[in-house]
Amino acid sequence: MSLLCAESPDIVTTLELMGVNLLWHPSLSEASNQEFQQLLQDILQDKISLDLLCIEGAMLQGPSGSGRFHVLGGTGLPMIDWVRQLAGKAGHTLAIGSCAAFGGFDTGQDNLTEATGLQFEGEHKGGLLGENYQGREGLSVVNISGCPVHPSWVTETLMQLVSGQASADTLDLYHRPKHYAEQLVHHGCPRNEYYEYKASAEEHGHQGCMMEHLGCLGTQAHGDCNTRLWNGEGSCTRGGYACINCTAPEFEHPKHHFQQTPKLAGIPIGLPTDMPKAWFVALASLSKAATPPRLKDNAVSEVRIIAPTVHTKKRKT
Amino acid sequence: MSQRITLGPFNRVEGDLEVHLDIENNRVVSAQVNSPLYRGFEQMLLGKSPLDALVMVPRICGICSVSQSVASAGAIAALSGVKPPRNGELCRNLTLAAENLADHLSHFYLFFMPDFAREHYRFLSGHDVIAQRFMAVKGSAVNDVLPARAEFLHLMGYLAGKWPHTLSVQPGGSTRPLQAQEILRMQLILANFRRFLERTLLGCPLEVFSALDSEQALESYWKSDERLHDRADFKHFLWLSEQLDLSGKGRAYDRLLSFGAYALDNQNEFTRGIWLPGSGYQKLEISAIQEEISHSWLIGDISRSPAKGQTQPVAEKEGAYSWCKAPRLAGMVMETGAFARQVIDGHPLAENLMNNSGNNVRNRVVGRMLELARVVPLMQSWLQQIDTQAPFHHDIELPDGDGIGLTEAARGSLGHWISVRKGKLTNYQIIAPTTWNFSPRDSQLQPGPLEKALQGVNLNDDPQHIMIQHIVRSFDPCMVCTVH
Ligand code: SF4
Ligand code: SF4
Repeated sequence: MSLLCAESPDIVTTLELMGVNLLWHPSLSEASNQEFQQLLQDILQDKISLDLLCIEGAMLQGPSGSGRFHVLGGTGLPMIDWVRQLAGKAGHTLAIGSCAAFGGFDTGQDNLTEATGLQFEGEHKGGLLGENYQGREGLSVVNISGCPVHPSWVTETLMQLVSGQASADTLDLYHRPKHYAEQLVHHGCPRNEYYEYKASAEEHGHQGCMMEHLGCLGTQAHGDCNTRLWNGEGSCTRGGYACINCTAPEFEHPKHHFQQTPKLAGIPIGLPTDMPKAWFVALASLSKAATPPRLKDNAVSEVRIIAPTVHTKKRKT
Repeated sequence: MSQRITLGPFNRVEGDLEVHLDIENNRVVSAQVNSPLYRGFEQMLLGKSPLDALVMVPRICGICSVSQSVASAGAIAALSGVKPPRNGELCRNLTLAAENLADHLSHFYLFFMPDFAREHYRFLSGHDVIAQRFMAVKGSAVNDVLPARAEFLHLMGYLAGKWPHTLSVQPGGSTRPLQAQEILRMQLILANFRRFLERTLLGCPLEVFSALDSEQALESYWKSDERLHDRADFKHFLWLSEQLDLSGKGRAYDRLLSFGAYALDNQNEFTRGIWLPGSGYQKLEISAIQEEISHSWLIGDISRSPAKGQTQPVAEKEGAYSWCKAPRLAGMVMETGAFARQVIDGHPLAENLMNNSGNNVRNRVVGRMLELARVVPLMQSWLQQIDTQAPFHHDIELPDGDGIGLTEAARGSLGHWISVRKGKLTNYQIIAPTTWNFSPRDSQLQPGPLEKALQGVNLNDDPQHIMIQHIVRSFDPCMVCTVH
């Protein structure tokens, strides 16, 4: 559904301008029931060429490997069978969202539904289609992870694929498009100034940085959420809550509570990417000592208590 | 001899759906509705902290995500005994309303109307206008509604950080204090959305529409507009409805349920209650809700209260045909949704339509339009009431205990029942709107609402089962929530 929020232009116009002929979309297309099943048969019999296959949702292999937890309605066949067959015909296969990419909430622990992703199960390669799967065009599954996905992550990846600009080099370790995955959520967060001085929010609604207490993983999370913005205006941290790193495999199973920062001897366990621990600790205590009152007070308040000072040119009289 | 056919997959419904029809003389004599996807959220939530549930439950669904958050936050708030500050309630109502109205819009334009553009209806005079306007993907309405909806959802950028899947909705209020200039910007967004509804969808001021008070008034609203080409989109629908007798289609038990929505200062803006044929409005006894599993691929006691619920899937079971449970109120099959909400709230138009023709395909659509017209002005007023200097959130304590969170999603009543012991969830049961509407049979063999609504449908001259599709989609089903 988040894809329907695509803007400037909308998703239908975007596809049209790219020259993509939409064969079927669950929320948009007319074809239902037998008409849709006919389309699937035409693809499998090579009457219609399937260039881009976008799959949403975890691949449920249970119970006992049967796939019965998710049957494609009206066909009697498990979704996993359909996906395997269609992936064999697809030019490119895309996993849309962290569930399709890595398996989602069901994985980990007991994995009651025997869920997996298309080509990964959590951090591990394999998944439903297996490590060696490649689409007709020679690329592995492209994982547009995120829960949800930003509509522009999808449209821009499609543009890359359609214009032939995508290759193994444009994907990262987890096969995520680098154009959004090689950035950190921390980049462009309006709380950066608080972060620098370790002026931290203590409760929901406070303006300070949420890394120290409220579980924010923005310094480790791969995504451009604070430079691209969601629904025109927002992001998780702008919305006043922690980034939970939803583009990463296994983000669903942190070893702590989502909205609380796990600590060891008062120091957050998960440190910013690319930063040696000793530095972080030294810098943090230094900057804490130097926190200006404006940041210190505003950090633990919902409203701005102290406004930035206005400097005037002082003239000698 | 009856013949059995199976329809699926349905698209332009959220999630996976399959319908089996038993047919005699080209008429449906019996229907079985199957939700063919099971994900196990209720099982996964056990043992988790209730605050972690706030991360998990919105992810049940990409379309009712906020309503899941609201129900969960409500259940936790009930457990902890806190009440959010007034700003928190206002923001929660705004966030929920933004989702619900965006859903009503998507339903009308993207899910429901495209079926009328089909070749099948070429015999209608003036069909070319309908086809050109509402055709799936290619119709001119798609170009209008996608940007209007996306811009309206900019409200979520402010209120919720993003949509779907926010964490701004907390038991103690909202994590997102709003600033004065943001409120101004949101007022502009709402005013612009209002303009879209008034010019494009309804063709009159919202207040004029919500003042319609009878079937007659509704008729003169659209019949006074002689134009075929430029008339408002909802008038196109009412015209189609008359041509195809949609007010005579898709009626089930006419028993309606609403948990009530948009609470502020201890009062629901839309009343909680039930409506029964003959007696009309009645109070709702929450404790009379039970979930049955006689025809579900689940094992355990046949009937349980959600407060002591159980969810244990099983691969094979005699007589079972769906992953969905069958919720019942004191043994009664109930139907929920926007129209039910409006009838129970006592809106004169909704009541009059209910008394004249019951809950049917047309009236379900009218219910959504009424809500669009009634809720936008409410949102404008809530926004005005926000006091940027007052708190948006209170911190909460989390004791052990039980809590119930009830709310209304676009498509009807949503409830979460939770129990917490030693800080961990020992029960988490969810009854979603479509769990009611698309439930399978129960131990008394009563068909669920959709199953009942499909009985008697005439399939003559309808090889693609278009009328079945209208009826199914008139409920605005959300199958991913249904089983969860
Ligand atoms: S809240 Fe998170 S993303 Fe924002 S500055 Fe702090 S650590 Fe970085
Ligand atoms: S900010 Fe973090 S949790 Fe939020 S959408 Fe971006 S990556 Fe996901």
